[in-house]
Amino acid sequence: MKILLVDDEEDLVSTLAERLSFRGIDADWVTSCEDALKKVETEKYDLAVLDVKIPRISGIELGRRLKEKDPEMGFIFMTGHGSDDDFKAGSAEAGAEYYLVKPVNIELLIEKMKKVLED
Amino acid sequence: MGMLKPKFWDYYDVAAGPYKHLFNFRRIWKWAVLLTAGVSLLPLISITLIDYDFTQRAIESEIMLRTSRLVSNTRRSISFFLAERKSALNFIDHENTFEELNDHIRLGEIMVNLKNAFGGFVDLGVIDSSGTQRTYVGPYKLEGKDYSNQDWFREVVTRGVYISDVFLGFRRVPHLVIAVKHALPNGSFHVLRATLDTDKFNDLLSKLELSGMGDAFIINHEGILQTPSHSHGGVLEKISLPIPEYAPVTQALEEKSSNGAPLVIGYRYIANTPFILMIVEQKKELMKPWHKTRLELLGFLVVSITIILGVILGGATYLVNRVYLADQRRIMTLHEVEYSNKMASIGRLASGVAHEINNPLAIINEKAGLIKDLITFKKNSTKDPKLIGLVDSVLSSVERCGRITKRLLGFVRHMEVSVQPIKLDEIIHDVLGFLDKEAEYRSIAISVEIPNDIPQLESDRGKLQQIFLNVINNAFAAMSDGGHLDITARREDKDFVSATITDNGYGIPEEDLERVFEPFFSTKTKKGGTGLGLSITYGLIQDIGGRISVQSEEGKGTSFIITLPLKMAQKEGSET
Repeated sequence: MKILLVDDEEDLVSTLAERLSFRGIDADWVTSCEDALKKVETEKYDLAVLDVKIPRISGIELGRRLKEKDPEMGFIFMTGHGSDDDFKAGSAEAGAEYYLVKPVNIELLIEKMKKVLED
Repeated sequence: MGMLKPKFWDYYDVAAGPYKHLFNFRRIWKWAVLLTAGVSLLPLISITLIDYDFTQRAIESEIMLRTSRLVSNTRRSISFFLAERKSALNFIDHENTFEELNDHIRLGEIMVNLKNAFGGFVDLGVIDSSGTQRTYVGPYKLEGKDYSNQDWFREVVTRGVYISDVFLGFRRVPHLVIAVKHALPNGSFHVLRATLDTDKFNDLLSKLELSGMGDAFIINHEGILQTPSHSHGGVLEKISLPIPEYAPVTQALEEKSSNGAPLVIGYRYIANTPFILMIVEQKKELMKPWHKTRLELLGFLVVSITIILGVILGGATYLVNRVYLADQRRIMTLHEVEYSNKMASIGRLASGVAHEINNPLAIINEKAGLIKDLITFKKNSTKDPKLIGLVDSVLSSVERCGRITKRLLGFVRHMEVSVQPIKLDEIIHDVLGFLDKEAEYRSIAISVEIPNDIPQLESDRGKLQQIFLNVINNAFAAMSDGGHLDITARREDKDFVSATITDNGYGIPEEDLERVFEPFFSTKTKKGGTGLGLSITYGLIQDIGGRISVQSEEGKGTSFIITLPLKMAQKEGSET
C-alpha cells in the first residue's frame, strides 16, 4: 500500500508519514497542490489523505483533479480548518465515512484507509 | 379599583434609555385624556356658560319689557276713561247754555243720560264764576254751597279742568271729582262738576292679567293708594313702597320689597291727573320659567360631560393598552432576536476558535504519537514505562481537547437534515435505552407520561435523539443518586407539542438561568463538564424550528420545556 499525504503543515504531514512507516505503510508527503499533482505524474498511489483547507485550491478540488489523473485512487479527507461549506461539500462528495476531523487518531486513520482500499 | 387598573399603569421600561417618555404609558394616557378632554369640554362648557348668561339676560329683559308694555296699555285705558268723561262734561257744557244748565229738570235729564251712557256718575252740579253752586243733581243738598275758597275751584279756574284725588264721600265710598270750566264770550264763566264712583276705575285694573303675583294699582303723588292693592295696602292708605321718581314716559325697574324680595316695578305718571299707575310683580315668580330652563341646561351639561369623559377615558385606555401590548410584543421579539444573534455570534466565534486550535492540536498529536512510536517500534529503545505513560497522558489530553473542539463545531454545524415521521414516545424511549444502565446503577426513578393524543412529528430523528439525550443527560448530572426524573408531554396548539423534562436535582440559581444555553457556561466544570451540552442542544432545537426554555428552583429541581413543531419548517435553500 502506497499513500500520498497532502497538508500545508509540514510538521504534521512529515510526522504522520514517519508514524505510518513504523506501521509498515509507505507514505509520501507534500505541502502544496502543485507538488501533489507533480507527484502523481511519477508515482502510483493507492490512496491520498487530503487536508480540506490547503492554500490556493481546496482539498476537495485537489481530490477531484487527482481522480482525473488516476481514477483508481482512493481518498480520505481531514479537516481542522475547514468552513461549514467545505465540510458539507466534503461530506457529500467523499462520504462522511472517509472524513476525519483533526486531531486524527492514527489507528482510526489506518482503519479507514483499509476500508477505502477494500471498497 | 385594582380590577379597573389597566395593565400598562404600573409598567416602567428600565431599558428604554434616553427616550423613556416614549414608553411611559401612564404619561401618554394622561396627556391623551387631558388634551382630548380639554379640547372637547372647554368649548362645551364655555358655550353653555355663554348661553346661560345670554338666556338669563334675555328673560330678564323680556320681563322688564312685558311689564313696561302692560303699564303703557293700562295707562292708556285709564287716560281714555278720564278723557272720555272729561270730554262728555265739556260737550254738555258747550251744548247747553248757562240758563239751560241751571234748569233743575234739564240737568236731571242730562244726569240720567250720563248715567246711562257711561255709568258711575254720582252727582252733577253747576257752579257760577263766584264759586257758588247754582244747581245740583245728586244725593245731597249742595245747592248754594260756596266753593270759591277751595283749592280745586281755584285750579279749575286757572287750568280749565280739574281731576281730584280719590276721597271718601259722605257714604264712605271712594269717589273722585271731575270739573270743567266753560268761558263765555262776555268774559264770565261757569264750572260743571261731576262726582264719579271709582268702581269702574277699579274694574279696569282688576281685570288685568298679571303674572308673578302681580299687583296693579294707582297712587297719587303723595303715595296714597287710589285703588285697592293686594299686598301694598287698602284704598287711601299710604303704600309700603317708595314713591317712584317722576318720568314723562313709562318706566320699569327692579326694587327690593320691605322683606328683601326682589320686585319688578313698572309705573307711569298719568298726565294732567294726580295719578301714578303702578304694576308691582314678584321677580322670583316671573323668573320661574328661567329656573326650569336653567335646570335643563345644567342637566344637559352634566350628562354631556359624563358621556364625553366616559368615552375619552375608555378610548384612551383602550388605545394606550393596545400600544402597550404592541410594545411588549416588540420588546419580546427584540429580546429573542438579540438572543439568537448573540448565540449565532458566539457560535461563529466558537467554531473559529475550534478550527484554529485543531491544527496545532493535530501537530501535538502527531509529535507525541511519534515519540511513542519511537519508543515502541525502535528495537534498541529502552521502552521506559514512565516515558510511555507520560506520552499516553499527552495523547489522551489531546484527544480530550479534540472532543471539545468537535463539539464546538457541532454547536454551529448545520448538517443536512432528513425529515421523517417520528413518534415522540419512541424517541424518548430510545434515548432512555442508552441511559438504562446508569439509571439502574444510580437508583434514579424515571416516569414517562406521554398522552396518546400527541400526534406524530415530522422532524429530524438524529437531532431529536441528540436533543433529548443531552437534556436527559444533563438532568442525570444534576441529580444525586436516588433522584427522580419526570418526562411529560402535551399538545400546545394545532402546530406545536411540548415535552417537559423535570428533575429533582440541585436546581439552577436564578442569576444563572439566563446563561445556561451559552457555550462554556457550566456549573459542573470541576466534574468534567465542557459547558457545551445545552448550547449544542439549543442550536439543534433551533435547527428544527423548536424552542427550549428552563424553569428552576435551587434545591428543588429543574424543568426543561422543549417545544417542537409538528411539522418541521424546511429552511430556505434546503427545500427538496
